[in-house]
Amino acid sequence: MVTVFGISLPALMGQLLIGLINGSFYAMLSLGLAVIFGMLRVINFAHGAQYMLGAFFAWFLLRYAGIGFWPALVLAPLGVALVGVVIEKVLLSRIYNLDHLYGLLLTFGLALVIEGLFRHWYGTSGQPYSIPSTFQGAFNLGFMILPKYRAFVIVASVVVCLATWLLIEKTKFGAYLRAATENPTLVQAFGVNVPRLLTLTYAIGAGLAGLAGVLAAPVYQVSPLMGQNIVIIVFAVVVIGGMGSIMGAVVTGYVLGLVEGLTKVFYPEASSTVIFVIMVLVLLVRPAGLFGKE
Amino acid sequence: MATKAASPNVADVTAGHKTSSRTIALMIIGLALILVAPFLIYPVFVMKVLCFALFAAAFNLLLGYVGLLSFGHAAFFGGAAYITAHAIKQWGYPPEMAILLGTGFAAIMGVVFGYVAIKRQGIYFAMITMALAQMFYFFCLQAPFTGGEDGIQGVPRGKLFGFIDLSNSLNMYYFVAAVFIIGFLFIWRVVHSPFGSILKAIRENEQRAISLGYRVSRYKLGAFVISAALAGLAGSVKAIVFQLASLTDVGFQMSGEVVLMTLLGGIGTLMGPVVGAVLVVSLENYLATSSLPVPVVIGSIFVICVLLFRRGIVGEFNAWMDRKRG
Amino acid sequence: MTEPLLQVKGLQAWYGESHVLHGVDLQVHRGETVTLLGRNGAGKTTTLKSIMGVLRKRQGEIRLNGKDLMGLPLHHIAYAGLGFVPEERGIFSGLSVHENLMLPPKVADGGFTLDEIYHLFPNLAERRNSQGTKLSGGEQQMLAIARILRTGANILLLDEPTEGLAPVIVQRIGDVIRALKAKGMTILLVEQNFRFARKVADRFYVMEDGHMIDTFSADELEGRMDSLNETLGL
Repeated sequence: MVTVFGISLPALMGQLLIGLINGSFYAMLSLGLAVIFGMLRVINFAHGAQYMLGAFFAWFLLRYAGIGFWPALVLAPLGVALVGVVIEKVLLSRIYNLDHLYGLLLTFGLALVIEGLFRHWYGTSGQPYSIPSTFQGAFNLGFMILPKYRAFVIVASVVVCLATWLLIEKTKFGAYLRAATENPTLVQAFGVNVPRLLTLTYAIGAGLAGLAGVLAAPVYQVSPLMGQNIVIIVFAVVVIGGMGSIMGAVVTGYVLGLVEGLTKVFYPEASSTVIFVIMVLVLLVRPAGLFGKE
Repeated sequence: MATKAASPNVADVTAGHKTSSRTIALMIIGLALILVAPFLIYPVFVMKVLCFALFAAAFNLLLGYVGLLSFGHAAFFGGAAYITAHAIKQWGYPPEMAILLGTGFAAIMGVVFGYVAIKRQGIYFAMITMALAQMFYFFCLQAPFTGGEDGIQGVPRGKLFGFIDLSNSLNMYYFVAAVFIIGFLFIWRVVHSPFGSILKAIRENEQRAISLGYRVSRYKLGAFVISAALAGLAGSVKAIVFQLASLTDVGFQMSGEVVLMTLLGGIGTLMGPVVGAVLVVSLENYLATSSLPVPVVIGSIFVICVLLFRRGIVGEFNAWMDRKRG
Repeated sequence: MTEPLLQVKGLQAWYGESHVLHGVDLQVHRGETVTLLGRNGAGKTTTLKSIMGVLRKRQGEIRLNGKDLMGLPLHHIAYAGLGFVPEERGIFSGLSVHENLMLPPKVADGGFTLDEIYHLFPNLAERRNSQGTKLSGGEQQMLAIARILRTGANILLLDEPTEGLAPVIVQRIGDVIRALKAKGMTILLVEQNFRFARKVADRFYVMEDGHMIDTFSADELEGRMDSLNETLGL
């Protein structure tokens, strides 16, 4: 049996895979947070709740409408994006001219409300969501077992992140976003409907969280607590990567997921805190974050 | 990140009030209320309010007067609670020693957390404090001496200074009241001291303070440590009152609650956190027996306060009184 | 006398609590180039920003082609045909030169085509894929003007276009403005550089402390030189 530092290779690879899966979600969620922060300068505390909503919408679709995974992959994020539109238009847009801390407080309150409601209705245990039939089973790669759905999640997350990057860097819409991040008043003075741009950006960020939620449903099960558990880690990821950089957030997400996985193998007690420890170290050495611009 | 002219500071909403005769009158009324309260209301309830009022006042020192939102203050509150509980139960320390130990521990944590967090400002600072507190939470979850999910229970009240029996509710109450009053007065003194004026100058225009030669980071760190220590003091006392230190004390919900108390009561006012603590503790007491889910109510209040009620109760009251003056 | 393209009456404006414009009147006719003169702090840029709507706290009447702009949101004022080139130029660092150029949407027909713009500003064609802020100050100024020209805006608000630029570039900008005039463009110009302004302007307004204190045409300039020297400290 092949061992690496005393751990069998399949066990090591298994943990790294889990790490990479976690990293995929960290990447997608930090991407959404970074997009929203870049444009609106708001730390979207409700991001975890929106992730949870995505999973729940997928579960609702299956349970009450018999709509399966593939349509849910489109419909659920759209639903969360719509919730995002409402949140931005009714609540967030009123506080843009205030200190940015109020955005954090407002979205924090929203997260409490949304998660509180779902906890009230569904308790704290998870609802099951089965792996879509296309992806049941696993590949036997010899040195490890690779479940098909897990592989799909990783590929899907890379596709999502890449697609978002393309949207921002290579399209006209993305140009509007990038310009409005720098000088929203001037962009509006050119005739661009910046308020609508802000709404769309928040909706896209929320939708990304929702999409991550759908992908997460078969992996982590659908629970009202799933957002809370992950959102603070994602904050740490974003602080480490640097808030100004979208690609930085994504790369940091994957890498930290892997680091967490490795830590679980060699030093399990530290696995829940290793990301925060890295955050402290990065702050001491490079306060702007690894890819930060400020 | 800070463009103070463009985005108004959270604390600008209410701060700037010198201690007027109005505030002194309020404080005297408050003192009178504190003294008679145990005869009118269930003492444990009032003690809980006083502990949280001190906790919130400590938090407000950082937010209202320095402009730094710490979203992880529970780490100091709960960390001190654990130390105090452990010191009494396992090491047999008398209560005053245990409280000193707990407060000292919180102060040291304040130095460590503060040193890291102060490297950034504004929302980054908030996120960093949040993550640091979460790290501490996970540590407490796993560390053997904290008792994990059960916490440290059955902490004996002990004899204060060797002869005041704290298992007597009235004795316990007046001790808590004394601690609260001392803590509150200490904060009052800090705010109105030269140190406090420099903090205010930093909050209003950091660049200018730097150009005037002030070591701004040192002042911020100083304020952070004071705030952490006082929060720890509140936690230590709470551990003795309730004879319990648990994970809830270091949890994220707790950090959020103290933010709410300050926001609701009035950021940057001296009485605000106290008023906020009274309201939030009372509200939670009431909600515990109703079927309404607590987080939903708390979250809604947050949202409403941020949108419509940023000055908080005391802030709105001050503004109303100012308008009446012309 | 035809109806002015841009008519401003009794314009007042505030920066926060500070009352900076005290009832400014001005008119710009189609095809005219009008210059706002005045010392630093006289309120020239504030007037421009108030007309554009970038500065929101304002009162009075602002009519473009008879249409009242006062209550409109900022992007609708752009649709009405006003093109704004701010003092800071506002070139976006996250966009390439080409992206900067293409950013403002078309508000009307009759804007310059991309070819015409690259013909007028050959350096922009050469550097089209560079990051916007990698251009020199003069090139950024050209870009700031060029991107408005594409939109079909029929009146240009130019805030200190020659500020901080070398004389040879200032000359180039003068050429550009003259070429625009020849095409019939209407221009409201704020300029500290008096020597430049007198070469391009048809009419002048003079401002002091948020008030409009004088107005005269280019023909009347000679007669005004003495009082101007005093007011502007030339």
